[in-house]
Amino acid sequence: MSYFIDRRSNARHKSAVNRQRFLKRYQKHIKRAVEESVNRRSITDMERGEKVSIPGRDISEPVFRHGKGGRRTVVSPGNREFAEGDRMRRPHGGGGGGGSGEGSASNQGEGVDEFAFTLSRDEFLSFIFDGLELPHLERKQIADMAESRPVRAGLSRQGVPARMNIVRSMREAQARRIAMRAPIRRALCDAQKALEEEERKDPVLRHPGRLRELRDEIERLERRLEAVPFIDTYDLRYNHLTDQPQPSNKAVMFCVMDVSGSMTQNHKDIAKRFFLLLYLFLERDYERVELVFIRHHTSAREVDEEAFFYSRETGGTIVSSALHLLDEIIEARYPPAQWNLYVAQASDGDNWDDDSIQCRQILSDALMPRLQYYAYVEITPHAHQALWEEYTRVQDRYPERFAMRQIVQAGDIYPVFRELFKSRQSGQEAHS
Amino acid sequence: MSTSYKPIHDEDFLGQGSDWSFDDLEHYEREIARIAGEFRLDTYPNQIEIITSEQMMDAYSSIGMPVGYSHWSFGKQFLSVEQAYKRGQMGLAYELVINSDPCIAYLMEENTLMMQILVMAHACHGHNSFFKGNYLFRAWTDASAIVDYLVFARRYVSECEERHGVEAVEQLLDACHALQNQGVDRYKRPSAISAEEEARRQQEREGYLQQQINTLWSTIPQLRTADAPGADGDAQGLNQRPRYPSEPQENLLYFIEKNAPLLAPWQREIVRIVRKLAQYFYPQRQTQVMNEGWATFWHYNIMHRLFNEKLIDEGVMLEFLQSHTAVVAQPGFDSPWYNGINPYALGFAMFTDIRRICTEPTEEDRAWFPEMAGSDWLDTVHFAMHNFKDESFIQQFLSPKVMRDMKFFALLDDDQDDMVEISAIHDERGYRRIREALSLQYSLGHREPDIQVWAANIHGDRSLVLRHERTQRRTLDDTLSPVMHYLHQLWGFPIVLEVVDNGEVVDTHHWPQNFG
Repeated sequence: MSYFIDRRSNARHKSAVNRQRFLKRYQKHIKRAVEESVNRRSITDMERGEKVSIPGRDISEPVFRHGKGGRRTVVSPGNREFAEGDRMRRPHGGGGGGGSGEGSASNQGEGVDEFAFTLSRDEFLSFIFDGLELPHLERKQIADMAESRPVRAGLSRQGVPARMNIVRSMREAQARRIAMRAPIRRALCDAQKALEEEERKDPVLRHPGRLRELRDEIERLERRLEAVPFIDTYDLRYNHLTDQPQPSNKAVMFCVMDVSGSMTQNHKDIAKRFFLLLYLFLERDYERVELVFIRHHTSAREVDEEAFFYSRETGGTIVSSALHLLDEIIEARYPPAQWNLYVAQASDGDNWDDDSIQCRQILSDALMPRLQYYAYVEITPHAHQALWEEYTRVQDRYPERFAMRQIVQAGDIYPVFRELFKSRQSGQEAHS
Repeated sequence: MSTSYKPIHDEDFLGQGSDWSFDDLEHYEREIARIAGEFRLDTYPNQIEIITSEQMMDAYSSIGMPVGYSHWSFGKQFLSVEQAYKRGQMGLAYELVINSDPCIAYLMEENTLMMQILVMAHACHGHNSFFKGNYLFRAWTDASAIVDYLVFARRYVSECEERHGVEAVEQLLDACHALQNQGVDRYKRPSAISAEEEARRQQEREGYLQQQINTLWSTIPQLRTADAPGADGDAQGLNQRPRYPSEPQENLLYFIEKNAPLLAPWQREIVRIVRKLAQYFYPQRQTQVMNEGWATFWHYNIMHRLFNEKLIDEGVMLEFLQSHTAVVAQPGFDSPWYNGINPYALGFAMFTDIRRICTEPTEEDRAWFPEMAGSDWLDTVHFAMHNFKDESFIQQFLSPKVMRDMKFFALLDDDQDDMVEISAIHDERGYRRIREALSLQYSLGHREPDIQVWAANIHGDRSLVLRHERTQRRTLDDTLSPVMHYLHQLWGFPIVLEVVDNGEVVDTHHWPQNFG
């Protein structure tokens, strides 16, 4: 006897719990591997998951078993040229010798090999950003109804068939049937009793007219009982949905980069990685993240991503031009009441002599009060210049929202990024 | 096979193309069951479940069990299966079948119709009849109770996780898993009970067991005189108490469950769960070659019958033969694909050869298997399936022809010799020695180190003494220390492992290492 069951629609990921347990147990190993890979690889790959290797011995499950050595006989298939009594050097590594018999005993696959597996993208990102916190994440309330979401709001008598609530409709129908049938039933019961009484009487005493009357009455009542509809449009109930305005949860990230002659492609690549990390990070916490690219040399322009990273420019550097443009864009398109504003700026530290002071003024007075966070990275192995000095003063004024770090090579990005965004509590501990 | 293939016309056949429907499956299952019945394959009812590849990976990583408790090692298993599958290194489960009543078999929806038919023949009738017929399974496992027990185990473990924390339970499971190969009774037969019964008994057990332990480890002095420490001062023989346990105990987990001084009742129960499951898998570990060989032998015969009865067409048959050939392929020891002896290949070759010996015996067969040659082949294969395990099956039925076909040779590797030696090959002088060596290779008792509880020092420092009976000078692997560490966690007091060779203690290991 056999029967078939279609389980395809059952839950997948029955092992999800076990998988999470494994990841948790080897958190440290995985984190180390993830950090190495972040530094090693191009960050454009981060949209994918990541292959992680853990030394096999660290995660093996030990059991009592025989080690090497001793005297053992191993039977193997596929003899070609051996004859009994042949002697030869012990094969190196012992793969064919000790391994064959003993190894097949368990399917655990122990050994010193690396244990490799793939983290999903989400798992990967959560390891990257583990312990990091977005500075000043705020849910901005907006008044207009641009963002609303249908929400269940009880039941209604009107609606489209697709939203019909079957259970409630049937329950209503049943209640109605009970209510409508009860008086008829009662009358029917009475009539039946009367009829029985009449029939029990002596045939002489029976009243034929009364009998007929009662029979007619019973028939009429039974018809009426049947006529009570099983379900009526009156019974129907629909799930009611109302639109509820949602607090907005969106952010815009401004990437500001110096593209003057002194910025080499290498500098730009480093900057790009920093921007991408920030973008991935924001994307995790906000439903929507918009990107605005502003590049500048002596004048600033808003460009698309391609032009931002790859087109070449030459000339001097006036940072304030970018800050002015930033200010204008915010004014025009991103009212701070609706948007969380983040700025990431990358530069090699060069600036026109008098311009740095102006930068500080724009930042301190116009921009910082409106921004969520401003991160400045200076990609240079050299000593700092005027811009760094002036920015330090901005940081003194807005220590919570303004951060700046120096990056020398690509490997520094991730540590610097972690430092900039480490969760507030640990950040405060570091300060005090 | 002594059947001839007649020319056929495709339109006569049902089994065409690779798409399948439930109607197809039911149709073929009926036909297969009919044919299997003619071959006297007695099975549990089949519960055939259609699942997706993701679900198959889930099933794979929970050691094929439909329900299981949560543990990171299953997650590790899952990750490696997933990795191998996604990289295309591994086709997913050819079949997955669970020794239960009804017998649960998984079919993957991605399979072609041929694969579904093949898997039904292989798993639902091959493995299923093996589970029901083989003496080890009959003696050791109770197919009707296992799913219930797994449900009980899962619920119990998750309750413990809630009450005592995931971490505490995980540590305990780690320790138990390390000892699960030493957690089987080799000679006693366990009784099977349902989940409800199990839960009820578990309550009783908790109370009773703890009481027992308390008596055993009672600190109230019994007949104890402190002034009689030395051997000569012990005139009354007070220190000559009988050893506890009086006989060495092979089932370490059982001994711990019943005797460990410090375990809480819930911990004992978890030890018991791991032990029970180890016991359940014990027959499977001893019948790999037979089980796979039996199932492969039958899917091969059933597919041919289906074809001869024109129930499947040539296309399906060709697809089957290709897949079957891949399953029973045995690369040579020097091939890059070599991964030990393929149990499918060896088992299939042996069962096929038993049939050949019965129906077309040669002179050699008559000399080697006088009783088998010319007997009824169906009786003989059933007899073999019912009454043997890998070790004895090979000892009894491995024929010279199979050894020649597989080109077996035995290599003697002795660490006191700087050369290795070919001790036997597939020739007249070598057959018996190869058969002997191969049989030993499949003997769990030989493959796994023999470690037993020797003594628990219940009157003194409460240390636990184990004895490793060393054979062929094979020493224990480096995994010894971590396992002793786990054992120490369970026992709570020092662990001593004595290595015994020829009745003499030759080496002693301690944990904690500074103890003793």
